[in-house]
Amino acid sequence: MDTVAADPIIRVRGLRTQFGAQVIHDGLDLDVWRGEVLGVVGGSGTGKSVLLRAIIGLIRQAAGTIEVLGQNTARLDRAQAAALRQRWGVLFQDGALFSSLTVAENVEVPMKERGDLPEALRQELARIKINLVGLRSDAGRKYPSELSGGMRKRAGLARALALDPEIVFLDEPTAGLDPIGAAAFDELIRNLRRSLGLTVFMVTHDLDSLHLICDRIAVLIDRKIVVGTLADHLANPHPWLQAYFRGPRARLALGA
Amino acid sequence: MANRAGITAHEEAGRVRLVATGPWCVATAAGLDARLRVLAPLGPRVAIDMTGVERLDSAGAWLLHRTRTRLAEAGVPVDLEGVRPEHAGLLQRVVDVDKPMEMVAPRSLAVVDLVRHVGQATVTVLTEARALLGFFGLTVTIALRTLMRPGRLRFTSLINHMEQVGLNAMPIVGLLSFLIGVVLAYQGADQLRRFGAELFTVNLLGVSILRELGILITAIIIAGRSGSAFTAQIGTMKVNQEIDAMEALGLDPVEILVLPRAFALILTLPLIAFFADLMGLIGGALMSLFVLDISLGQFLRQLHESVTTTTFFVGLVKAPVFAFIIALVGCYCGLKVAGNAESVGRMTTQSVVESIFLVIVADAAFSILFSYLDL
Repeated sequence: MDTVAADPIIRVRGLRTQFGAQVIHDGLDLDVWRGEVLGVVGGSGTGKSVLLRAIIGLIRQAAGTIEVLGQNTARLDRAQAAALRQRWGVLFQDGALFSSLTVAENVEVPMKERGDLPEALRQELARIKINLVGLRSDAGRKYPSELSGGMRKRAGLARALALDPEIVFLDEPTAGLDPIGAAAFDELIRNLRRSLGLTVFMVTHDLDSLHLICDRIAVLIDRKIVVGTLADHLANPHPWLQAYFRGPRARLALGA
Repeated sequence: MANRAGITAHEEAGRVRLVATGPWCVATAAGLDARLRVLAPLGPRVAIDMTGVERLDSAGAWLLHRTRTRLAEAGVPVDLEGVRPEHAGLLQRVVDVDKPMEMVAPRSLAVVDLVRHVGQATVTVLTEARALLGFFGLTVTIALRTLMRPGRLRFTSLINHMEQVGLNAMPIVGLLSFLIGVVLAYQGADQLRRFGAELFTVNLLGVSILRELGILITAIIIAGRSGSAFTAQIGTMKVNQEIDAMEALGLDPVEILVLPRAFALILTLPLIAFFADLMGLIGGALMSLFVLDISLGQFLRQLHESVTTTTFFVGLVKAPVFAFIIALVGCYCGLKVAGNAESVGRMTTQSVVESIFLVIVADAAFSILFSYLDL
């Protein structure tokens, strides 16, 4: 795999999130290194998406600190938080495109929000981004309802990449895609990561993605997280890990 | 740091050397864009020196590529020098994806658009009316079939819906009718006082509330409150594929979902309308007492002279019809929901607008009918 600098781009310490009395994470520590692709897995209800949402600030943690790009997300004022959010991009599960805007307009939204980019340049950059994610040449003028699920995800990724973020958060990027589409999306992420130097934080259930593009895998177990390479997890005796990585489906995907 | 991004020209033997410096990224793109757009081809041959570019992202790479392409098109060959190895991949990638893309939807003439919209809207209204009529027929058929075998009617569901659409609507319907009575008495008194005919305020109140306003206000509130709820409930079930599951199990969605709602509304709307009549009259009586000094006894005597039981029944007989319209439109719109959440919202709005529209049309039809019958 590509070389990974020892520089935590995301640092989570003692994270605790809860909804009412239900505790999702408790004392969770996590480091994401610059330039790596981290896959986050876990059983249903273990809070994979909750972790993602806590890191990007959509959910307030009950305790613990989250530092992204060296800044404590809980201690930022509005302007600082807005500036930080421009340095990452998020791809939600179904793309979460704004349905009243065309794909091109969707990609331009973050650029408009910056306020300093002239319109002509915005359109040029949007064109580059839409081509970059491999959409067909008539996709820019289409509305989200006219796109297939895979195309919506690509368009969502183009929007997430609009401002050349340092980190992209992907929430189940290959869920709901057919195997061909999923493989193409994996390839796309791998390519973009190499050419744009991205750090990727990816919640996924796709064993192929985990195997093919993730440098390390974070597993949510017992409200905490276990991080390691695939080999580390295979060697771990924890029953859930064994069931997950040595199950019949895993054996096929991982070619074990 | 952001300020140091730039490009400066140096004359060299036989060519111009453009030295790029600083970070070339989104943060500095606006300044670079303005500078590069007006950059003239200064000599017969140009070299761009990239050694000083410490950061390059796709925005910077695009600006570089665009400048190079533009100069090349003007007949000035461009040499790219000193590209850092870590930037080369990105630069190549941007060159690769510089492909045409349709960015805006093609626009047609405004007149053509207008004609098309009018045509589309007309066709939509007509097909909608036809489909609603079809649904009306279907519901009546299934209702008659069910009435033959009353055991098939879902009584628990019926009672539950009666509580929701009837009992729970009483506070809001009562309050609004009361207020309408107050307003009507106040405005009527104001006008009639000029003729010294304040007492006829009672006639105005009695006739208008019992014949028209009581039932109309009730129907409009119920359309907004329960018609929309029907659409949202059934629509959500449609999104969850519950309706499909019912049909797959051999259950009839009309029988299970539509009939209990329709019967509940038909049975309860007359009752709420009666309640609304009472509250409206109470509001009017109170206002008459305070503003016009018409005592309660006087009010009742005058009311007795001005209205008959016919007035009351003419108002109330409309209630089951309005109820059926509201239930029918609410359920129809719910079943028409397509498989997404957005559609639930759209159909709910449509349900309210359509049912209020049809209620008022039906009210007008009743007026014409009653005037023929001399009621």
